[in-house]
Amino acid sequence: MRKVACIGAGMTLFRRRLLETGKEMCWEAARMALDSAGLTIDDVDAVVFGSAPDAFDGIHMKGENLLDGCGGVGKPYVRVFTGGGTAVFSPIAGYWHVASGAFDCVLVVNEEKMSSCQPHPQSVFGHIWDPILDRPLKPNLVWIFAMEMNRYMTVHKVRYEDVAAVAVKNKRNAVAHPCAQLADPNITVDDVKNSEMMAWPVRRLDISPPSDGASALVIASEDFVRKRKVESPVWFSGVGWCIDTTMWTDRDLYFPEYLARAAKMAYKQARIDDPRKQIDFAEPYDPFDYKELHHMEGLGLCKKGEAPVLTREGVTQRDGDLPTCPSGGLLGVGNPIAATMGIKVGELYWQLSGQAGKRQIPHEIHTGVTNAWGDLMQFSSVVVMRA
Amino acid sequence: MRVGIVGVGVVPFRPATPEYSWKEIMYEAASRAYADADINPREEVDSFITCAEDYWEGFGIFDEFTPDQLGAVLRPACTVTGDGIQGLAQGVLQIRAGLADVVAVEAHSKISDLLTYEGVVRHAMDPIWNKPLGGSPYYLAGLEMDAYLRAAKLSERDCAAIVTKNRQNARTNERAAHGVKLDVEDVLASPPISTPLKELDVAPLADTAVVLVLAAEARAKKLASDPVWIRGVGWNSDSPWLETREWAEAKYLENAAKMAYSEAKVRSPTSEFQLAEVDDKFSYKEPQHLEALGLSKKGSTAKAIRAGTFELGGDLPVNASGGSLGCGNVIEASGLHRVAEVALQLRGHAGRNQIDGARTGLAASWRGLPTATGAVAVLGVGR
Repeated sequence: MRKVACIGAGMTLFRRRLLETGKEMCWEAARMALDSAGLTIDDVDAVVFGSAPDAFDGIHMKGENLLDGCGGVGKPYVRVFTGGGTAVFSPIAGYWHVASGAFDCVLVVNEEKMSSCQPHPQSVFGHIWDPILDRPLKPNLVWIFAMEMNRYMTVHKVRYEDVAAVAVKNKRNAVAHPCAQLADPNITVDDVKNSEMMAWPVRRLDISPPSDGASALVIASEDFVRKRKVESPVWFSGVGWCIDTTMWTDRDLYFPEYLARAAKMAYKQARIDDPRKQIDFAEPYDPFDYKELHHMEGLGLCKKGEAPVLTREGVTQRDGDLPTCPSGGLLGVGNPIAATMGIKVGELYWQLSGQAGKRQIPHEIHTGVTNAWGDLMQFSSVVVMRA
Repeated sequence: MRVGIVGVGVVPFRPATPEYSWKEIMYEAASRAYADADINPREEVDSFITCAEDYWEGFGIFDEFTPDQLGAVLRPACTVTGDGIQGLAQGVLQIRAGLADVVAVEAHSKISDLLTYEGVVRHAMDPIWNKPLGGSPYYLAGLEMDAYLRAAKLSERDCAAIVTKNRQNARTNERAAHGVKLDVEDVLASPPISTPLKELDVAPLADTAVVLVLAAEARAKKLASDPVWIRGVGWNSDSPWLETREWAEAKYLENAAKMAYSEAKVRSPTSEFQLAEVDDKFSYKEPQHLEALGLSKKGSTAKAIRAGTFELGGDLPVNASGGSLGCGNVIEASGLHRVAEVALQLRGHAGRNQIDGARTGLAASWRGLPTATGAVAVLGVGR
């Protein structure tokens, strides 16, 4: 099997509303990634695009509309889509483009422009439900995540303060991220606890914000890395993805089994049998604070129910034993759904290549894992990378 | 490493399918393909790919609704928002990358559920420059048809002959929904949509689902006595801007063919294939695509059409299945369906439309208005 590396990354600011069009955002991220790799678009053999529902941008086949911004004109160009899981899934598609031997250098661009959706992007989520069983109940995402959070807290007897500590950690970490939308150096657990109740037990500050943004990665083969004398490539060691049934009401929501299976697939390829020992840091998907804990457990980074304890003990702080979301995560940097690739796989690249600046984990790191989560609380994608 | 097609499942096309949901149609296609390949999807399929677009389906995040009916629960599965051949290509890459040994690729159309087809197509046009102009998006096809016919020196009558050919072929294809005996005058007399495009130049919509099971070489040989090998795949996009793309020629398909031919070591396309299934969502698209694929020399396409080269029984039968004009336009499933038709021909399972001695065939797709995206698959049996 060919070795595959990430050799460049870029991302735009994450903001509630960016004035740039979707195409311009894609271009900016793609340009930054190519510049950081010292390449031009002519060096790119194929382009992979990722984005969540078309309804945000309000354009049918938005992948086709945005393809020139992504540098896809005249090239093999394809869009993959796994809901929120796209953030870590399109890099996996980029990986198989190169690992298959079909291409040497692939550009992956993810974009999300949620602000075009008026009055609030949440309205798009009215159309993600089973039209017969769910939709008549008029659910929204905050409600069902509240159910999942409650189930998780009930099963493991988790205190709310230990969940809110994740939001505090990530929003503080985000202070060091130049693209961050919701960084706050002074936030406390009480601030989170006293923020507006959205759907019990979820408060406003437990949730990441809607955002506009784009991100990009350059993915290349070992040959390409050698020929172009690329400095500090970061290697893909394992990829995995998995989907559970559409019928979310049939599942016990306390544990993400689909993530455990996706992680198993990735760990097998990466030859990891003891993730807690063999993985140095993690970027689990954190659209809600409890999701970071949920995902740490799904990724096998701790025992079921142990993630809140590690958080309380400071193990997941940037200078802790298992730094988790050193980027600031979705809670701190922002949540332009698919574009969070820049703070997930992008952060793995920047950390492992020593380019994370003020966010750099202070001790030595070799292996990182990240995941994204999507569809109806049913899909996860996992990437393991090594320096 | 070669990748083979070891299972084919196609639900016969129908103009509307009111008694089944899209989930049930997908289930039927999947069941047929898994039975054909003689595999248990829950244990033996390593990865599942669905080709779908949210707005066609009437959902946000359609990917949510794919696993159960395909047997993909708690398995690796994803959506490619593209044409079926783009999805097929991703399956091939997954196998070659060593991520999977067996991949199921699905594409479907439940377009009869959609009340506002033209409105959704218009919704794909640039929201600032093009969509506000309003009108039926078919004017894009009318403009392109005009540009192409002038450049290629083809007549409306030549396009009408393609319509009669494809709808005639569909009459003897049990999977087709729109087979009918027409003569050229019927087509020419059909009401204008956007001159020179007429009503019968437009492929009518249909419902279907298609599932293909792909396998890595060693596995394919175990699963099938004579797998259909995917010798080359290619996909490509021209500019999304209507104002700057090529109108008289299908640049996207020319580039996609270049990629697929180079992999399949096809040097002289005119003599390599015994049949071709080429996108014909509009009548003029068939000759335009044949030229882009190098299957008809620019300048001599009119002569070839008039000589019957592309008819069943001609030198190079094109759309022996009936194509989109005869079977129906099944949106993102169009390309995957054409791969299935070529695979059935190469296996000798094409029934009354069987082309004798077919060993190598080609399938080519276009994503439809307003895109300039297409894909190509070169298929063959034997060594």
